[in-house]
Amino acid sequence: MLHRYAVPLAIFGALALAPLLGFGAGHSLSLLARAMILGLGAVGLSVLVGGAGLVSLGHAASFGIGAYAVVMLDAAGQTNAGVVFPVAVLAAAVFALLTGAVAIRTAGVNFIMITLAFGQMAFFTAASLSAYGGDDGYTLYARTRLFGTRLLENRWFFHYLLLALLVLAWVAGRRLLASRFGRVLRAIRENPLRVQALGFSPYPYQLLAYTLAGALGGLAGALLANATEFVAPSFIAWQRSGDLLFMVILGGLGQLHGAVLGALAFVLLEEYLAELTPHWRLIFGPLLVLVALYLKGGLLGLVQRRG
Amino acid sequence: MGEPLLELRGLTKAFGALKVTQDVSLTVLPGEIHAVIGPNGAGKTTLVHQVSGTLGPDAGSIHFAGRDVTRLPLARRARLGLARSFQITAVLPGFSVLENAALAVQARSGSSFRFWRAAATEAALNDTALDALARVGLQDRATTLAGDLSHGERRQLELAIALAMQPRLLLLDEPLAGAGPEETERLVGILAGLKARYGILLVEHDMAAVFALADRISVLVYGQVIATGTPGEIRANAEVRAAYLGEDH
Repeated sequence: MLHRYAVPLAIFGALALAPLLGFGAGHSLSLLARAMILGLGAVGLSVLVGGAGLVSLGHAASFGIGAYAVVMLDAAGQTNAGVVFPVAVLAAAVFALLTGAVAIRTAGVNFIMITLAFGQMAFFTAASLSAYGGDDGYTLYARTRLFGTRLLENRWFFHYLLLALLVLAWVAGRRLLASRFGRVLRAIRENPLRVQALGFSPYPYQLLAYTLAGALGGLAGALLANATEFVAPSFIAWQRSGDLLFMVILGGLGQLHGAVLGALAFVLLEEYLAELTPHWRLIFGPLLVLVALYLKGGLLGLVQRRG
Repeated sequence: MGEPLLELRGLTKAFGALKVTQDVSLTVLPGEIHAVIGPNGAGKTTLVHQVSGTLGPDAGSIHFAGRDVTRLPLARRARLGLARSFQITAVLPGFSVLENAALAVQARSGSSFRFWRAAATEAALNDTALDALARVGLQDRATTLAGDLSHGERRQLELAIALAMQPRLLLLDEPLAGAGPEETERLVGILAGLKARYGILLVEHDMAAVFALADRISVLVYGQVIATGTPGEIRANAEVRAAYLGEDH
C-alpha cells in the first residue's frame, strides 16, 4: 500500500521541480502552465462529477467567461488583478448559478444535454462579440497587473503561482467533499431518494456545488487568458468541455488529484503526439477510447494497483 | 391512549381508472405498531408512498403529530420526524455503515451547509449513529462498506438509519422482505424492542411476524380497508379469511 498522500505529493513535487530539471524553457513552462490551468478547472469538474454525480458537458463556459472578463476589462483599461480576477470569478459563478438553477432540475442524460446547450449558448455569444474579435479572438497585449507590477509576465513566478493555486484548490476540494456539505453531495450521487427520505432537499446542495465549480472555472479561465495572452470562442467550444471531462476520467474519478494527473497527461500527450506526426489525432482518438474502455480507475487506478 | 401520531382520513388515489387507494382511514397511536397487510396488488406500496410523501393523494388528508402534512414533500415530512425504510434496500453502498447512520443523524442536527471540517470527525454525529447501530446489533460492522453487507445486515442498517433520524414515527415498508428465517427472527426481535418508543406503521407480507408484533392490523384489499382490529379480531374475521388469509389460517 502506498501512503495515501504519496501520489498527490509526487504529482505536485514533480510540478514544483520541473522548471529546475530541464523544463525551465519558455515553451516547456507554457505547456506546464496550460496543464495546470486545465487541471484547476478539472479539479472543480471532478468535485461535480466524482463528488456530486453531476456530469456537466458545459464546463468550458465558465473558462470562457473568466477569459472574456479579462479581455473585456482590458479593453476598458482595467488591468488590476485585484479587480480582474474577482470579476472573472464572480461572473462565472453567476453564470453557473443561473444556468445551474435550470439544469439541476433535470438528471442523467438530460443534465448532460442541458449543460451542453448552455455551453453552446455561451460559445455563440462569444463568437458574435465583434468588439472582441468575434470568431478570430482577441489578443491581450499585456498580462493582468499584480499590485501594479508585471509579475505575471515572469514565467517562473507564474509557474509557481499556478502551482500554489492548484494545491489550494485541491486541498479545498478535499475538505469540501469530506465536510458535512460534501457528505450530503456524495449521498445524493448514490441515492437521491434516500437522501430526501432523511430530510434533505438535494437541489440547494447540488446548485451550490455547481456554482462553486463554475467559480473555480472562471478563475482558471482568467489565468488561461493571461497564459496565452489571447482569447477566442474556441475556449468555450463543447470540445473543450469534453476535453475537461476526459481529463477527469483519464486521471481517475473519486480522487481530486486524479483530475490534475489527467490534465497533465492529456496536455503532454497532445503535445508529444503532435510532434511525432501531423496525423496525431489518429493515435490520440483511439487511445482515449482504449483508456475509457480498459482503464477503469483511470491513471490513478493504474498507479495504485502497482503500489 | 392520547392523540394519534398519524391519522389518514379518506385517502383516495387513482391511476387512470384503477383505484389503488379507496377512502382509506387509519390511525397510528404513539407507542403502537399498526400493521397493514393485504394480498399483492392491494395497494400497500402506493399507500406507503402517500404517507411518506413521494406520491400525492387525489383526495383525503394525512395528519402527522397534529399537523396537516398532505401536501408536504418527502424531505419536509422527514424533518418533522417521519422516518421511512425502503422495501428495496436503499442504503448508500459506497458509504461505510457508520457514515450511513451518521448522515441520518446529521439531517437532524444543525446545518449541513458546513464546508471545511471533516464530518467523519464529528463525535456528536458518530456517537448517536453508533447508538443506533448498537440497537440493531450492527455496532461491530461500523467500518464495513454498506455495499459489502449481507442482505439481512442491510435490512438491519435500513432500520438503524431510520432510528438515527430520531423520528417520532417509523414507516416500515416490508422490513423483512427477502430475509432468511434466522435473519427474520433477529429482525422481529429488533422490531419488538423498538415498540413503545415509536409509533410504527408496518407494511409487511410475513404473517407470522405481523401477528406477533402488531397491536392493531388493517387489512387492505383492492385499495380498501376491509377490516381493522387486534390480531385476534382479524384472525376471527370471516370476511378477512375469505378475502385473504385462506382456510389454513
